[in-house]
Amino acid sequence: MEPNIPNIIFIFVLAIFVGIEVISKVPSMLHTPLMSGTNAIHGIILFGGILVLADAATPLARTLGFVAVVFGSANVFGGFMVTDRMLQMFKKKKK
Amino acid sequence: MSSTIAYIIIGVSVLFIIGIKLLASPKSARIGNLIAAGGMLIALLTLHKPSGDYVWSQGWTFNYTLIAIGTVIGLIIGAVGAYRVKMTAMPQMVALFNGLGGGAAALVATLEFLRGAHSLEGINAFIAGSMLFATLIGSLSFSGSAIAYLKLEGKFEKPHTFPGQNILNGLILLVIIGLCGFLTLNASSGNATMAFIVMFCLALFFGIAMVMPIGGADMPVVISLLNSFTGLAVAADGFAINNLAMVVAGTLVGSSGTLLTLLMCKAMNRPVTNVLFGAFGSSGGAGAAAGAVAGTVKPIQADEAALLLAYAQRVVIVPGYGMAVAQAQHQVRELSEELGKRGVEVQFAIHPVAGRMPGHMNVLLAEANVPYDQLIEMEQINPSMDRVDVCLVIGANDVVNPAAREDKSSPIYGMPIIEADRCKATIVMKRSMAAGFAGIENHLFYKDNTRMLFGDAKASLNALVAAVKAG
Repeated sequence: MEPNIPNIIFIFVLAIFVGIEVISKVPSMLHTPLMSGTNAIHGIILFGGILVLADAATPLARTLGFVAVVFGSANVFGGFMVTDRMLQMFKKKKK
Repeated sequence: MSSTIAYIIIGVSVLFIIGIKLLASPKSARIGNLIAAGGMLIALLTLHKPSGDYVWSQGWTFNYTLIAIGTVIGLIIGAVGAYRVKMTAMPQMVALFNGLGGGAAALVATLEFLRGAHSLEGINAFIAGSMLFATLIGSLSFSGSAIAYLKLEGKFEKPHTFPGQNILNGLILLVIIGLCGFLTLNASSGNATMAFIVMFCLALFFGIAMVMPIGGADMPVVISLLNSFTGLAVAADGFAINNLAMVVAGTLVGSSGTLLTLLMCKAMNRPVTNVLFGAFGSSGGAGAAAGAVAGTVKPIQADEAALLLAYAQRVVIVPGYGMAVAQAQHQVRELSEELGKRGVEVQFAIHPVAGRMPGHMNVLLAEANVPYDQLIEMEQINPSMDRVDVCLVIGANDVVNPAAREDKSSPIYGMPIIEADRCKATIVMKRSMAAGFAGIENHLFYKDNTRMLFGDAKASLNALVAAVKAG
């Protein structure tokens, strides 16, 4: 299926502004967890890996696709888990 | 694309946006992370091919076995990395995961490009351009993150520079862009594969060349920048394989990551160009070190330091990376409790970039159960520093270096610092007289009212706690 290029660019441009808008007021103590959390979100590249590996037809494509899936999977799972572990530290508020 | 898939993608995008939004506030950050993770899970379970076929209902082929094995291996790597790592090594972990994501983005684009280039109909220039962009940025992010990881692990953390480095980097970048231009227009030509491989290798090299000259202290900024790069690479992959969820997620990370990078630089009062191309310490460091240091270093023993602290009215503790390395946060809390029992007012002054990542000290002290109303940000505490009786600096160096205020030739000139030198007395706990991460001399150590308590932070603190209890 041919992608609808103007539509995709439209979504791309809007997403740029949303991304800037949502973090415009963030305290410096949250910079690292935020970096880590968005790091996990780009782990969605795992799906790209799954899609190319599902259709891989040559040994080379299978190898590269497999590596992409391992990398993407480590990015997405590790990313969310390490962020959660960082943020756990913030919840305790003993007086 | 059927409308059902479109609605799912809209829902998933909203979850990502809400997730990031909640991550930007301390109270809701954890739930924000879980919401984003939930969005990811939904997207995974409803993943469709560009053709519109549901991925998980296709016949189970060998490729699917590979997908399952690969995902599980990645899951194990991620889980072990995330839960085994010490709190001090968290920034490295983020760098590592980011690099892996960048590598995956580059590989996905590579596969799609090679397949498109060899297909009969070829690929259109927009799609080819997206793939090349994803390959370039993804591989650059991969190698750059690897270097950032190694620097944070303490391997070659000093800046590596040579004359003409920026010019050489610029030339490499020009060659890469030239190759990308050629490939965009001639994706199906005979030597496209060769040109592609050269481009890939140059991009990997460029990532290394870009990060090597940057000092270890600036790694959080670099990781944040590479994080936004990976986001853009993922968005470009989304263009290439026509997956809108990837476009949205990647773009959100790309734009919020760019803003976050700028905010981090703002916290250090340095323009981002200075971080990336300033080659910290290449000339200014030597100059500052050579600058005459007036005064002598006056050591102090734990007993005497404990007396100073116990009879003070107001004590401010400035934690730094040394506290993190020594894992001394629990001893710090114990000391502050002991002093509190004696009626001493204890506060913690938190520099925005103390440690190896912003928020590092908050995380460690929260782990040790220090109530977070005792943690005061730099801007709030500085105006009252001259009314502080004793300032206890634990393993912090550059963030309390008065050169940032006084010495125009210093590479950290202009960076806001915690003004420990204005307190009535300052006790600096340090392992040795070695320079801090920025590699420059600290005049605070030589001031008349500064005393140095040498030794491992944990051992020194234990001695202090014992002495305060006894006194």
